[in-house]
Order: sequence, then structure tokens, then C-alpha cells
Amino acid sequence: MTGVLAAASGLFTQSFVTALIAGGVLASVPLMFTALGEAISERSGVLNIGLEGMMLVGAYTGFLGAYEAHSMWVGFLTGAVGGVAAAVLMVVLSVRMGLDQIVIGIAITLAGEGITSVLQQAQFGGAYPRLPAYPQVAIPGLESIPVLGKSLFDQPLVVYFGVVLVGAVAFMFGRTRFGLELRAAGEKPEALDAAGVSVLNTRSYATLATGALAGLGGAYLSVIATGTFTPFMTQGQGYMAIVIAMLARGRPAWVAVASFVFGISLSISTALQLTGINISTDVINMLPFAAIMLALVVFARSAYLPPALAVPYVRGAR
Amino acid sequence: MTVTESDAPAVELVGISKSFPGVLANDDVHFSVRRGEVHCLLGENGAGKSTLISILSGMQRPDSGSILVDGAPVRIRSPRDALSIGIGTVYQHSTLIPALTVLENLMLGESRRLLLDKGRARRRMGEIASMLGVEVDPDSRTGDLALGRQQQVEIASALWKGSRVLVLDEPTSMLTPQGVEELEKVLVHLKEQGTAIIFITHKLHEALAVSDRITVLRRGRTVGTISEEEIRSSDDSQIRARIVTLMFGDEAADLSDAAELQTSIEEVEALGARHVPPAAADDAEPVLELRSVTAPGDGLEPGVVDVSLTVRAGQVLGVAGIDGNGQRALAEVIAGQRRARSGTIELFGASVNRLGVSARQKLGLRYVTDDRLGEGIVRNLSVSLNLLLKRIGEPPFWRGGRIDGRRVGSTATALVGEYDIRTPTIATRAGTLSGGNIQKLLLARELSLDPKLVVFNKPTYGLDLRTTENVREIVRRLASAGAGAVLISTDLDELLELAGEIAVLSMGRIVGTVENGPDAAERIGALMIGDTGAPGAVA
Amino acid sequence: MAVATETPAAPPVAPEEAGEPARALPGWTRTLAVTTLRSLVPVVLALLAGAVLLLILGRSPVRFYSDVFRYGIQMNNWQNSAVLMAPLLLMAAALVVVFRANIWNLGYDAQYLLGAVFVVGYGPWMFAHWPTPVADVVLFLIAGTAGAIWTIVPALLRAYFGTNEIITTLMMSFIGIDVANILVKGPFQDPTVTIPQTKTIPYADMLPNIPGTRIHVGFLVAIGVVLVLHYLLTRTSFGLRLKVFGENPKAARHVGIDVRRLIVTSFLWSGFLIGLSAAVDILGLWSYVRANWNPSYGNTVIPFVFLARLNLLAVIPFVAFYAVLSTGGDLATQAVSLPTDFLLVIVALILLFMAVIEFLGRRRALGQSYLTKGLKDALRQPLFRRRKST
Repeated sequence: MTGVLAAASGLFTQSFVTALIAGGVLASVPLMFTALGEAISERSGVLNIGLEGMMLVGAYTGFLGAYEAHSMWVGFLTGAVGGVAAAVLMVVLSVRMGLDQIVIGIAITLAGEGITSVLQQAQFGGAYPRLPAYPQVAIPGLESIPVLGKSLFDQPLVVYFGVVLVGAVAFMFGRTRFGLELRAAGEKPEALDAAGVSVLNTRSYATLATGALAGLGGAYLSVIATGTFTPFMTQGQGYMAIVIAMLARGRPAWVAVASFVFGISLSISTALQLTGINISTDVINMLPFAAIMLALVVFARSAYLPPALAVPYVRGAR
Repeated sequence: MTVTESDAPAVELVGISKSFPGVLANDDVHFSVRRGEVHCLLGENGAGKSTLISILSGMQRPDSGSILVDGAPVRIRSPRDALSIGIGTVYQHSTLIPALTVLENLMLGESRRLLLDKGRARRRMGEIASMLGVEVDPDSRTGDLALGRQQQVEIASALWKGSRVLVLDEPTSMLTPQGVEELEKVLVHLKEQGTAIIFITHKLHEALAVSDRITVLRRGRTVGTISEEEIRSSDDSQIRARIVTLMFGDEAADLSDAAELQTSIEEVEALGARHVPPAAADDAEPVLELRSVTAPGDGLEPGVVDVSLTVRAGQVLGVAGIDGNGQRALAEVIAGQRRARSGTIELFGASVNRLGVSARQKLGLRYVTDDRLGEGIVRNLSVSLNLLLKRIGEPPFWRGGRIDGRRVGSTATALVGEYDIRTPTIATRAGTLSGGNIQKLLLARELSLDPKLVVFNKPTYGLDLRTTENVREIVRRLASAGAGAVLISTDLDELLELAGEIAVLSMGRIVGTVENGPDAAERIGALMIGDTGAPGAVA
Repeated sequence: MAVATETPAAPPVAPEEAGEPARALPGWTRTLAVTTLRSLVPVVLALLAGAVLLLILGRSPVRFYSDVFRYGIQMNNWQNSAVLMAPLLLMAAALVVVFRANIWNLGYDAQYLLGAVFVVGYGPWMFAHWPTPVADVVLFLIAGTAGAIWTIVPALLRAYFGTNEIITTLMMSFIGIDVANILVKGPFQDPTVTIPQTKTIPYADMLPNIPGTRIHVGFLVAIGVVLVLHYLLTRTSFGLRLKVFGENPKAARHVGIDVRRLIVTSFLWSGFLIGLSAAVDILGLWSYVRANWNPSYGNTVIPFVFLARLNLLAVIPFVAFYAVLSTGGDLATQAVSLPTDFLLVIVALILLFMAVIEFLGRRRALGQSYLTKGLKDALRQPLFRRRKST
């Protein structure tokens, strides 16, 4: 496949393809974490418009953790905690109290944008300190495969963790009691309730998991991808993750595939610069969103969302 | 699980009361059921049966009163509590999840372990299936099963944790006559195993058919119980008379009503022996004609496939069928809310395929929807605006785009009076009216201003008997005034009472048409389950 | 499930309801008072919470809020606030139109920026060649059209495929912001400067001020549009159709309202009004656009539109409040060396407190919801849905 492409045009040199795939993987990781999280809450019937805010909070607390403790692992941990903290707001207000999920989602995004910017400034007073680059881990043997080896199997450790997570979430959906209850909460909450399982608890756990994963995604952006925190640094990736989860219909493997595709479109500018072609960054920035709109227009006929999505559950109300 | 020596009832409700804002749904209710007994809770719509069931199954908590299980008081605070005590409920509205497999649905209430144990679940399902005397494929998608099968799965699910009490809330409402028979067999099986069964219904003949005891609920109160001996010793008509009195009261004020209702009940129960509505005269002018109409359905519900039918002036055409066999699609394709994919729809001999709802309405077509709250009214708008909802922008109510408030008000006031809609003022939000008054509002809206053909979709579903009788009278009057009517109903008794000719809808197809008469019910039942070589499977 | 759950206590009827026969409702002054209170409490709580946050950050809340007052109102600064109100009011009007129709148009940033960019792109040439009033009108129309065009794809997708417009408008917004930047750096770039920005509209050609003030006439235009729109939404058949669709889309289909046309129409109006808000803002205040500039009025207006319960008359005082907060807050945040994003936090807090008060109010059945039921249902729209004939 890559060979054909490379032969088709001089542009697709080996270094270009390597850079593109490697960049795509790197860029897709935060999307994948966040979209996996969204897939979990979406299947339980909670739509998280506030994902962008959760990512930003995770990015900030993750950076702070890594910066203070000089450890990227502490960074990931604090990032996840930050995301969970933002998700608690969603749990209390939307899931437990049944308040409008869109309004709360917008509020969380605005609050996340505002508070991280304010705290960053208050803490660093306009400076943007950087974290050191963290080592990459190459998988011996696989790494030496031409073209793909360097791009796929020489990555920061957390990338491999993400791949494992995809499998874990898939297992959770299909094989565990919680996964079954999760799906029931999204499909027909009154059935779950009648079966004696608390819908609100199930959705609460799902939303907290979403927060943790979105926080991880955000922490990856600040700790690994850029090494610093800047206000509004997620630039709409939270919204992209929502779309990815929807397009993948909440199936983890498809989330991974879709994230990779969007990761490629995010990283294409870097790869193009390697080949000496310079396209306006505005055009490049537009690509993933244009791709999503195109996908929406083309596939506008077949998708499935849980019937009870975004409908607060109140026992006895129909 | 052996029958205990104790004489205490399996479950006993003592002095249960529950009120909602403005309504006392249950008022000092007493009720009990023994092992191996079917105890029927009978009452008309709105009598408080559902509330009592919600309390028993943990969906609601009572304001006062207590619940005893085997003589010992228990607290039921959630469905989980009810299930662990051994009270399993089959709700009127399915609680199965169509997208999951049968086994997954059954495992939903499984105990708190991390991983799903499919092997164990399969074994348990086998046990229950043999207990019920039925067989269901555990791996099929629940949504693909026939409704009767789905109900068996629901019963299995209610018994999953070894229920000693099974509560069935209006279990026959979705079943064919044959399905009802199958259900009765299952109940006999369960009785033999010592399960206590509470059977809730608003239909007298059902109550008599299955139960050992009958308790009547009226306006939230238990007004009387008829014991097993009484049922066995008295003859049918005596019991009926007694129950009717219990259900509708014998206070002086209600005497005439009760008498009227009793007649109507007997009429219904006698399946139209006295009075068969006339079939249409063949020479009357066709008002509506459908020729091979096919239209898509929504989601899992079928649409209509190749449907042809004719309605003539002065005729009530009945459409029978189990709920979810394309009734809504049929009504909507006639009303213009849904486009036909193929075929022609003619009103007064002219095709209306290309016309929308408003244009068809101007020709005299009206649609009384079954989804009264969902699409019939706008809850937050006033009664007066809801009455004129289908005339927005039309003179004389609107002029040059601006509303004529006085005109709207006077018309609404007149309609409220004419149709006896009980509302504080015409400015009251329509969503606050009771179900019966909302239906009257819809009838007033649809039937005012010269209707020529009216589609009724389940017009009496969920209404109390008095309003039901009003609605049926309206249908009769409409037809005798020379308009045509399509009466879609899942209530066979209603069709036999009102319609001269009854078409049977199954999986979106008209599988046959039956002329109303003595054996009409059996023939319709046979058509519903495809006994007469109905066209095969439909996509 | 229970019989009685269908009969909740009746909240009072909103007196402004379209076409309601005039009728003195007993105690509706009380309703109005409670409604007003419920709209104000979240604002007060948010300001208090903001004060606590300032304390935590070691800043003086007293100083901050008095600065807001000083820079937002005192010494003729209220005129700056009034100038800011012009685009905010039009933005709010645009949101009210779609929200009443049960539609979330969250693509306001792009719709605004595209309107703005076309005004500065064609303005200088037009003012040089045409009489000023003609150019003004044409530029207003161009900006409105640009905003409207950017809603077409989401509008059609929603109308014909039921595609969730929250997502599509957001995606179109990201794309549109980039398109605006491309235009600023490309065709509309001012060749005489090196930084990426457009040509400037000459001061003489900007909208004139209201005599005796520093407030340009765009303010009056905005107020006029809001009043006319309020009449349209509450007194005409168009407004009632919109309301029926917003409250209950299924009922709209049932009673024969052309739902697709309604969706597309309200989307286009919304986009047009947002474009208009850009034109007023550019011609009255900014006179040029720089690359990556984005005032993002929509995000901050949303809470106030809800607090006003989608009633345009009530929107005016709320927008006035935010204009003061924003005008004063810009300088006040600098004075305590915080980023202006601090105002975003306050706006978010208002939204959160609004939701909580809503919850408490619903518990006590004090009054109507901030949101129409239809709007809440909007999220149930699948991202895609099988095409269904209407």
C-alpha cells in the first residue's frame, strides 16, 4: 500500500511517509483517549459537550504535576485527576440532578477555558516553562521494519498504553457486568432500573471514567506533545473526540481507527514541511474539521446513537 | 422451594396510601395474594392500579401503609429490594432492551460480580424455560422476537431470582387471542409450582377467565373482593353485575351512569350480539381510496406494505391488529405526515399523494392521533391555541400574519363548551389537563369545521369508561352524518362495536378483511396470526 | 408509569405567550417577580463566587468590582458599554431565533468573522466609489448573507437528514474561522503593512454617532431589530410556528408545519443576524480585522439569552449588564494582572448557577424552565438519522 503510494508520486518519499505515520500516531493519542472516554459515557446515555473543558483542565493539571514532580507519570495521574474533577461537576449537575446536559457541557468548557488560563497566568505570570522531552520506547525487532517500524514502533510509552486501553474498553463493554449495565443505561434506562440496577450510579461511573480519559488526553497534549501548557491549547480536539465517538458508534476499535485518521490530518503539515512544501497553516488547521464535515455529509444516513442519549433519567417519568 | 406451612399470604399490602400533587392515587388499599393463587386486581383506567404496582415493585414509595411478605413486614425502597425479596414484575410497557440478546437482557439483574457468566445464565434460563413450559433461543436479538415471545422473556426475567410473587400488569394488551391462551397455560404451570400471581387488568372477562380471586379498585380504594368460593358458586351474570357495581359505584348520583355503563359493558362483552354496525352500502361514494400503498416505518416498527382499502361515505372501516404492526404508518400515510413510497392515495377520487398535511386537511381529512401527549398537543401552549394548532396563519384567526386574539378566544370557548372539555380557563396550559380531556381537546380540534374523512388511531386507549363511551358515540354520530371514518384500534371489542367492516393489519400488510358478524372475532384472530396463508415474511 | 405522574402542578402561564387572549392572571405580578428573581440570583451568586476566586488568587475583589464599575459605567464609560451592546444584542437576537426553534446554532464565531471580513474586504472600495449610505446598506446585506451562507450546510443536513446541528455548526465554525484568516492574509490583506491584517475603513465613512454621544447609530439599529423581532416572535403566525416546533417538533409535523422550511429559515435568519452584528461592530467600532482576531461574543451571550428565557425584551437588560462587565472587566482584569479570560469563568459560573437555581426552582415548581423542552430534546437527535419523510 505505502509502496504504491510512494511510486505514484515523488512527493511520497520514505521520510515523508514515516513522518506522516509517526506524527499521525502521536497526534491521534489524545484524540483516542478522549474519544474512548466519550464512547463510554455516550453508550451510557450521557453526552459530554464539556469534553473540551475536561481536556483543558487535564492538560493544565497534568502539566503542573509533571512540572512540579519532574515525572511524566505524575503528570498523567494529575491530568486524569483534573479531568475527573471537571467530570464531577457533570455527574452532580447533569446525571444526579438531571440538569440539561448541553448547558452544563457548555459551562464546563467555558469554565475550563477560563480557569486554566487564569491559573496559568496567576502561577507563571506570563511565562511558559517547558518540560524536558521524555524518552521514546522502541519495540525491538518490530522497530526495524522499513518505513512502518520507525513510525509505529518507536513511540513514547504512553502510546502503547493507549493501544492496550482500546482492548480493555472493548472487553469491558462486551464481557463485564458493568459493560452490560452501561449499554442498558443508554439503550433503555427504565429497563435497567426495573432490573434493580441504579441508572444514576451507572451513568455517574461512566461519566467519571470519561473525565479521567479526557484528562489523560489533555495531559498527553501538554506533557508529551508540546511540553508546555498554553491557554486554549486543545483547539477543538474535545469536539473532534465527540464526533469520533459518534462516527465509531461507540465501538473502541473504530474509535482507534478514526482517531488515527484524524491524527494523520492533524500531523500532515509537519510532514509536508519535511518535504519542503509550505501550505498555509490555516488550510492545514481546517483539514480535520473539513474531513469531519465531509464524513457527515457522505455518511449522513447510517449511524446509531443510544436511544436514551442525553435524556436525564427520572424514575416514573416518560 | 416448598410450600411453607405458614398460612400467611405470600404478599400482603396493608393500608397503602400514595398521593401525587392533586391526585390521591391510592387510598388505604388492602390487598393480599397466596401461594399458588392468581389474584386479579381489577379496575378501570385511572383507578390506581399502576401506582399500586409501582409501590410493590419499588419504583415508588408509599406515603403510608406497610407491606408484609410471609407475614413479616418488609421495606421496598427500590426495584432491587423488590427483586431480592422475590417480587418480580412484568410491566405493561416492555422493559426489555431490543438491541440486546435474550441472554443479555436476562443477565441484567445479575449479582455483583465483575465478569458476565454466560454459562451459568444459560443453565438458569433452561430451568425457568422448563418451569414455564416454553422455549426461547437465548442468543437471538430480543427486538426480533414476536411480542408473545418477548413477554415470556419478561416473565423469565421476573422469575430470574426465584420469585415467589409474579406481578403481571395488563399482560394481554399486546397479545393476540392465541397469545392470551398461551399466557394462560404459562400461568397454570406457575400456579402448580406455588408461585403467587397478581394479575392486573381493566377487562372484566379476562379477570373472570384467569383468576381465583378478584379485587376491585375504584378511585384509589379497594372497594371489594370476590372470593374463590363466590366465583365458583355464583353464575356468570351475577358476578358480572356485582363487579360492575363495584367498579362504577352505586351511589345515587352515579346510578343512571352506572346503569348505562353496565349496558355498555354487557354490550361489549356480548361481542355485538345485539347490534352489528352496518357495512357500507356499495353504491355510496368512495371518500378515501388507497391503492397498493407502501410507506417506510420507524426503526423496528414496520411501515405499510402494498396496502389497498376503500372507505365510503357514512362507513366506519375498522383496522385491527396487534400494536406495532404498522398502525402508525398507515394513519400517517393517510394523514400526509408520511410520504408513500409507491401506490396512490385518493380523496374524493383525486390523488393527494403530493399534498401535505395542511392541504389534505383543507379537503376535509382529519387525523386523531394516538400519540396524544407526544404529538397531539403542545403542553406549554394554552388550550385555546392547541385547539387551533392546525389553523396557524389561516383566516379568520390570523390576518396578515397577525393573530386575532378575540376570534381565537371565542372559537375556543365555543369548542370547550361543545366538547365538554374540563379546563379552568381557555388560557390554561394544555399539558395540565387530564388524559380524557386532552383526547376531547383533540377531537374538538379535528372534528370541528366539516370533517369528511377522519382517521382515528386508538381513540379510546387508556381512557376511563365514561369518556370511552363518549368517544365511541362521536364516531357513530360522525358516520351517521355521512362522513367516512378509519378506526384503527387494538381493542377488538371496540372494532366489533363500531365498524361494519374490519381489515386486519399484520406486519404492515392488510392480510384480510372481515365483515362484522357473529364469528368475526375468531376470524380476525386467525388472520392476526396468519392462519389464512397471509403473504410470507416481510422485510 | 404511575397514573398521577401525568398531572404535575401547573406552573403559571407566561403572560407574553403568543396570541394569548388578554386576561388578568391572578398573581402574575408575583410570577414576574419570582421569574425576575430567579434570573438575577445566578448572576449575583456568580459574582460572589468570582470574588471568592479572586481572594484565593490573592487579588482584591473589592478593587476588581469597583474597577469594573469605574471602567464600565462611570465617567462616560457607559457609552463604551453601549457601543459593545450593539453587536451583542444582534448576536443574542440571532440565538433567540434558533433557540426558539429548537435548534442549537453554535457556529456563531465563524458566522460573525466571515461577516466582518467581507465588510472590511469590500468596504474601502465601496466607500471610495459609492455614496456612504448606499455602501452601508450593501455592506450590511453582504455581511448578513455571508453569515447566513455559513449556516446552509448544517441547516440542510439537519432538515433533511436530522444530523445533529450542535456538531455540524461547531465543525463549520472551526472551518469558517480558518477561512476568515485565509481571507485576511490573502485577498483582503492590506499591502501597505507587514502584519496580517485587512485594509482599514476611513474614519469618515464609519457609522455616525448619535448626536451628543460617542455611541454610534448601530446601537439604535440593534435595538430596533430586537424590537421588531420580538413582535415577530410573539405576535405572528411565524413566531407561533417557531414556538410549536421548538416546544414539540413532533406536534409541528402533526399539525402540518413545513418543518424543513422552518429549520432552514430560522438557521438563515440566525446567520444573517450574526453577520449583521459583525457589520455593525466593524462599521461602528473596529474598522479593520486582524488575523486570528475573534471576539467570540456568542459564547458569552448564551447564558444571558437563557436567563432572559428567550424573551428578547428581557435580553436587553441582561446584555447591558454583560456589556458593562465586559467593558469594565477588560481593564479591571489587567489592573489585577489576570487574563481577561477571567470573565469567561464568571460567565461559566452564571450558567452553572442558573442550572442549579433551575433545579431548585423546578423542585418547588416556582416557574417555567429556562429552556424549552424542545431545545432539551435537540440533543437526542442522532448525529445522523435515517431519512424520514415529513
